[in-house]
This record gives sequence, C-alpha cells and structure tokens, in this order.
Amino acid sequence: MTKTYLIAPALLMTVLGIWEAACRMGGIPAFILPPPTRILMAAVSQAPLLLPHAATTLVEIVAGIGLALVVAIPLAVVMHIRPAVERALAPFLIASQAIPVFALAPLLVVWLGYGLASKVLMAAVIIFFPITISLLEGFKSCDRDYRILFDLMGAGSLQALRRLYWPWALPYFFAGLKVGVSVATIGAVIGEWVGAQQGLGYVMIQANARLKVDLVFAAILWLSLMGVGLWALVGIVAKRCLWWQNIQNGS
Amino acid sequence: MLLIQDLTKRFNGQPVMDGFELTVPTNGFTVLIGPSGCGKSTLFDLLMGIVPMDRGRLAWQGEDIPDLRALAAYMQQRDLLLPWLSLQKNAALPAELAGTSSALIAASVQDLFRILKLEGFEAYLPAKVSGGMRQRCALARTLMFARDLVLLDEPLSALDAITRRQLQAYLLLLQTEFNKSILMVTHDVEEALLLADDLLVLTAPPMRICERFRLKAPKPRNMAHPSFLEMKARVLARLEEEAGL
Repeated sequence: MTKTYLIAPALLMTVLGIWEAACRMGGIPAFILPPPTRILMAAVSQAPLLLPHAATTLVEIVAGIGLALVVAIPLAVVMHIRPAVERALAPFLIASQAIPVFALAPLLVVWLGYGLASKVLMAAVIIFFPITISLLEGFKSCDRDYRILFDLMGAGSLQALRRLYWPWALPYFFAGLKVGVSVATIGAVIGEWVGAQQGLGYVMIQANARLKVDLVFAAILWLSLMGVGLWALVGIVAKRCLWWQNIQNGS
Repeated sequence: MLLIQDLTKRFNGQPVMDGFELTVPTNGFTVLIGPSGCGKSTLFDLLMGIVPMDRGRLAWQGEDIPDLRALAAYMQQRDLLLPWLSLQKNAALPAELAGTSSALIAASVQDLFRILKLEGFEAYLPAKVSGGMRQRCALARTLMFARDLVLLDEPLSALDAITRRQLQAYLLLLQTEFNKSILMVTHDVEEALLLADDLLVLTAPPMRICERFRLKAPKPRNMAHPSFLEMKARVLARLEEEAGL
C-alpha cells in the first residue's frame, strides 16, 4: 500500500529488461528491433536533428487543439442554448465520425498543401468532436433542481450559462480535452506521413525507408514524451480551473 | 393573502389534485402535513409554474396571478448551494442575478449572516461547512430573493435531529423577523406544531385538506407543555387514520 507508486516503474523496467535481453542475446538484428538502450542513445544523440522537427509537430498539435476549441466551445454552447440547433446538427456530427478521418489526410494535403495547415486541420478534425460532445454532456448533466433554482431566480440563458452550466460542465470538458490532447498527436503525425517536409512523422517515414529503425523509435519516444507533457499540462490547467473540487476532496 | 382555488392536475389521467383549495394568510405560517406521495411536491411545482396546472386560480392580495414565480422564494430539502461559490456568494446570487447593486447586496448578506450565525464563514466553500450551516446559507439565499412569500418544501428533513431543532428556530425568524408569509410542507409533526399557525392535514391523492388545526399558542413553543403534547396526539391520531392504521 505504501509503495504502490513503485509498481508502474518496476513493471516498465522489467519489460525493458526483457526487451534488451531478447535483442542482445536472442539474436534479433538491430535494424528489425533495436534494444531500448540503443533507442535511448539515438533519441539523445540525434536531438539536434529531432528538435526542429519536434517543434514543428508540437506547433501543429497545439494549433490543432486551439482550432478544435475555437469550434467546439461555441458549437456546444449554441447546441445547449438552442436545442433545435442540436437536433439539426447532431445527425451530421455523428455521421462525420463515421468517416475514417485518416482517409481524409491525403485530401487535406491536396487542398491545403504540404505545410502546417493540413496537419493542424487534421488534428482539429479528429478532436473537435469528443470535446464538443463532452462539453454538451456536461451541460446536460446539470441537476434539474439547480436549473429550476436559476429559473426561479430569473436568470437569463447567458447568465445561467456563465454562473451555472459552464462551471458545472468544466470537469466533463477537461475529460474530453484530455482525450483530445492524446489523439491530436496521432492526427498531426498521420498528416505528416501523407505529405510533409518537416515534423517527427516526416522523420519517421524517412528513417523507416532507410531502415534506421532506431531513429524511428527515437522519434516515437519524443512523440510520446510530448504527448505525456501535453496531457500533464492539461491536468495542471484542469486542477487550477477546478480548484473548488480539490478543496472539496480535502487536499 | 394567497388564495388557491380549484387547483387541478392530472398525470396520465390520474388526478393528483382535484379542486384543491388553500388560503395562506399574510404573515401567517401555514404548514401542510400528510402521507408521503400525497402530491405535496407537485403542489409546489404547480404554484411555481414549473409544471403547468390543468385548471385553477391563484390570487395574491386580491389580484389574480398565473403563478408565484415573481412573488415567492422556494427552499427545498437539498441546499442547492453551488460548490464553487463561497457561502457569501451563494447567498448573494438571487440579488446579483436580479441586478441589485453590489454594495446593497454585501450589506444585506452581512446582516443575514449575523442573524443566522454564519459570521466568519463568508469565504468558506459549502463543502467545508456542516449540513446545518449549508441549510442556513440556503435560508439566507431564500431571503435574498426579497419576496413576500416563502415556500418551504421539507427544508429540514435531510438534517439530524439536533441540527433540525436549531434550524426550526431560524425558520421561525422568517415570520417574526422578516414578516414573510410562509407555506411549508413537512413530515415531522413536532416541527409542524412548533411553527404553524395553521396546520393542515392532507389526504392521499387526489390531494385534499381533511382537517385543519388552528394553533394559537405563542411562539417559540415548548414541546414539553401538556397542551403541545395533547395537540400532538390529536394530529398523530388524524394522520394514522388517514394512513389507514
């Protein structure tokens, strides 16, 4: 109970250890599966090469999240205040999720070119839906008695939105955003695979073609770290915005 | 005086209320008591216009009104405090939404918190104070509606017995200190006898008043007084009869 926080690192070390041993002693060639130590070395020694590409991918992800938020928040608010809008749009929103978004990637590159725009849009298209839906669900989860209270206090729909529904929905919103942040990384990388001159996805495609598998893994490692970093950042922002929940839970 | 006449409501053809009549005198404390599921909460939903009535007439001080939305403040069993607002801000909410000036709001809330013994807890979040304090804060918010009528829907039934006794004294202030006209629903006979001027016993649906007790004893009342005990026995007997015991 006291040392449960050690379980995850211990598990990781065990898996890495088995992997390392299998590569070193099991005769798996490094161009098929390099051992973890070699990936780590590549990730560090290739840092000057990877850094500008990582920066590009990060910009794409962050801009994609930003774009998704700019669309998702007003959309959820309008659908909440005007249920008719929700009824009108809901079938299309759901249908849009049935399209395999990755299939759109080549089209986006044709339409928007090899630069940032196609990747930003790719990331945004993937995540605006979960963010919209989680925010809308948050609005809808608001307790009937609280709604009635605000109604009886004579609150207008914008007042109720600001004072009641928005704070009420914030935990749902952040849950959606956390999912979105992880998925946005995938969107950006797929966009880069299809056609790019920059970014970690581009590095991976190039390295893969030359059988530099350790570099592919190094790029994946960097991507994962970025994903974890963004996820943690959202966690910190969420904690700040939901300060009252922390007090409630007695910390 | 609030006049309720011919109030009728059916749900799926089943009458919950059929020609219900009730008068709530100005500055009076009227208490409804009855078996659970007799439709008391529906009555409040109808009065507040949350659920439309099938038929009926409401009049306040001789003037017909569609519902009590603009006239009454409503307090429930649940405190309904917003967990992200301090006690002070929770209490201030109705006045703030009504656009009252913030200086005026601050002064009124300060007064109420002094009377309701919440002084010093203004900045606390609801989660950090006891259930009794939360309900007192809800009472302060109810008063901040600044309405003549107060509807109380079992406001104390979520509290423990001791806290409940304390809060009953505060509910009495609604009448004595703030000059409100009060309509309360409760399950607790002692609570009803402590607070009511008019105690009305309700029947199972369709809801109707089957007996009316006028309580003249001065308040605050003593629960150990023989006349109190005698009245309690009478009301309990009537309730048991109504419940078919």
